[in-house]
Amino acid sequence: MNRIDNCFANLKENGQKAFIPFVTAGDPDLGTTVELVRAMTGAGADIIELGVPYSEPLADGPVIQKAVQRSLERGTTLAKILEAVTIIRKTEQVPLVLMSYYNPILQYGLDNFVQHAVEAGVDGVIVPDLPVEECPPLFSRALEKGLYLIQLVAPTTTEARLKKIARFSRGFIYCVSVTGVTGVREETNNQIANLTSRVRQVTSLPVGIGFGVSAPAQAAQIARHCDAVIAGSVLVKIIENNSDNAVSMVAGLVADFKSALSG
Amino acid sequence: MMSIPDERGYFGDYGGRFVPETLMPALEELSESYRLAKKDKEFNHRFKYYLHQYVGRPSPLYFACGLTRHCGGAQIYLKREDLNHTGAHKINNTIGQLLLAGRMGKTRVIAETGAGQHGVATATAAALFGFQCSVYMGEEDVHRQALNVFRMRLLGAEVITVKSGSRTLKDAMNEAIRDWVTNVENTYYCIGSVAGPHPYPEMVRDFQAVIGIEAREQILEHTGRLPDYVIACVGGGSNAMGIFYPFLQDKEVKLIGVEAAGHGLESGRHCATLSRGKPGVLQGSYSYVLQDEHGQVLPVHSISAGLDYPGVGPEHSYLKDINRVVYTSAEDGEAVKAFQLLCRTDGIIPALESAHALAEAVKLAPQLPPESIIIVNLSGRGDKDVNTMAKMVGAKV
Ligand SMILES: Cc1ncc(COP(=O)(O)O)c(C=O)c1O
Repeated sequence: MNRIDNCFANLKENGQKAFIPFVTAGDPDLGTTVELVRAMTGAGADIIELGVPYSEPLADGPVIQKAVQRSLERGTTLAKILEAVTIIRKTEQVPLVLMSYYNPILQYGLDNFVQHAVEAGVDGVIVPDLPVEECPPLFSRALEKGLYLIQLVAPTTTEARLKKIARFSRGFIYCVSVTGVTGVREETNNQIANLTSRVRQVTSLPVGIGFGVSAPAQAAQIARHCDAVIAGSVLVKIIENNSDNAVSMVAGLVADFKSALSG
Repeated sequence: MMSIPDERGYFGDYGGRFVPETLMPALEELSESYRLAKKDKEFNHRFKYYLHQYVGRPSPLYFACGLTRHCGGAQIYLKREDLNHTGAHKINNTIGQLLLAGRMGKTRVIAETGAGQHGVATATAAALFGFQCSVYMGEEDVHRQALNVFRMRLLGAEVITVKSGSRTLKDAMNEAIRDWVTNVENTYYCIGSVAGPHPYPEMVRDFQAVIGIEAREQILEHTGRLPDYVIACVGGGSNAMGIFYPFLQDKEVKLIGVEAAGHGLESGRHCATLSRGKPGVLQGSYSYVLQDEHGQVLPVHSISAGLDYPGVGPEHSYLKDINRVVYTSAEDGEAVKAFQLLCRTDGIIPALESAHALAEAVKLAPQLPPESIIIVNLSGRGDKDVNTMAKMVGAKV
């Protein structure tokens, strides 16, 4: 059974919501990423998303763009990230999801990517520039090896598209809370409830909400509409601002998010 | 005509739609609106009207007697897109797209620009048709093409300086896509070349095809026969697709696309995507890309801001693979020489982009007999490049 399914099954049994932190792998270096994953797991992260840096992050706001740049400057590659996952897997069982634009995966080779990701212990992959129409080559290979392709839906997604997307998604459905790029936002918009209820009509998969989640209290509000809350930029910003104690500070905020969701 | 692209936007293996889900419904809507507009008499009538009365079409096909004499071989004809309103072929496309945006009920348009020609053309059509307009431009290009920045502002557009990445055309496009993702409800994204997700490569080609349709008629009228060669520069590839497309079925007409070789293909500082790239996904479509083994886009260079782009339209990738078009390249220095040459031989100051196509013609013409005919797409005028040229020769303006 995929670790993601396990995770949601356990949470559901206990009436809990998942908190899913995102960090860019290799920011500021892969050693720190390994430490971050361990510390975030200790702080209560239910699933962890690792961003694969790509030189053209067109779905990302300034915070993650800068993280990507820091990571690429250190020579981070998909192959090295998979090595880091192998190291993480020696001690951690937290479900791991890679978030990568399509081109790094394509150049790695679809077959190799799926094979090596599964061997390293990756559970799922999110590809923000791979819409459902273009996903079958990756989806079918991933499905065969038990790697989950997690699809995104947006407030603009039509009913016809929702149905199709649900068919091609595994693990959970990732609802983009706003029409926009990643980044911290103050207000939560009221489209969220509408979107998640539309999603629930076409799938029994767990529903996660991400993009713009900036604080534990806001996450608790959002969690009323879903099974998982995803936060990235607010954590990445800590790494940008604190070179010495980023790991413990990020872990601290993850703990706050988790307790807000449990409250 | 050929039935490419297919309904998913593929030219052979190339094309498609690789964008965030947020934009997919907008692309579906755009495809449908364009499909209906293409068949609509009123739309076609308005497009033709503005091309004629506003842009000044048809543009002349001029026999470049000075350049022909200088080269001493084939007869060289120039398709004078430089004489269009705003000074380049870009306006053909922006008129078409903004007429469509109006039909779709959009109120705001955005664009990316490199040389500033597409930005100016978008700002112009936005002023004409009454849209709010924002243009994204890389910081490096804002400096290189300062004159065009001011032109856009005069036309009422907001010019947004992009400071991310390499601060050139591709980064401007990333930022425009981010704007579009955020404001997709009321905003129309006017892409300036045959790049991006389906239906842009097809739609922009169709709007630019007027270049080739006219050139084909004009050369038949002037000489009674088809040309031996048609040559165009390739950045994203819109002026080239525009002039090539109506000649694709004429197998005897050789088509040459000229990419920018910058400091030389071996220098690593060029943007010869089809010559040196490999297939990958960049900014919405699958096509040749200048990238490293990990799929990261490589830094590129050209003296010409309009060619300074690591990708290329998917239809060109297809035409390369099926060997219908040959893609060559010209270095910065060769383009500069061809630029200076045309100023002297025919009294025409070409855009640095177009000078790459001229450089190829200058190499080719002397090897051909005098009855051969070459058409060069003179995609734009060089007013915007006068500062760059002055710097090259150490003159003060
Ligand atoms: C005069 C001129 N020619 C050519 C180009 C390159 O674009 P494309 O390859 O789409 O024609 C530009 C782009 O700015 C331009 O201004």
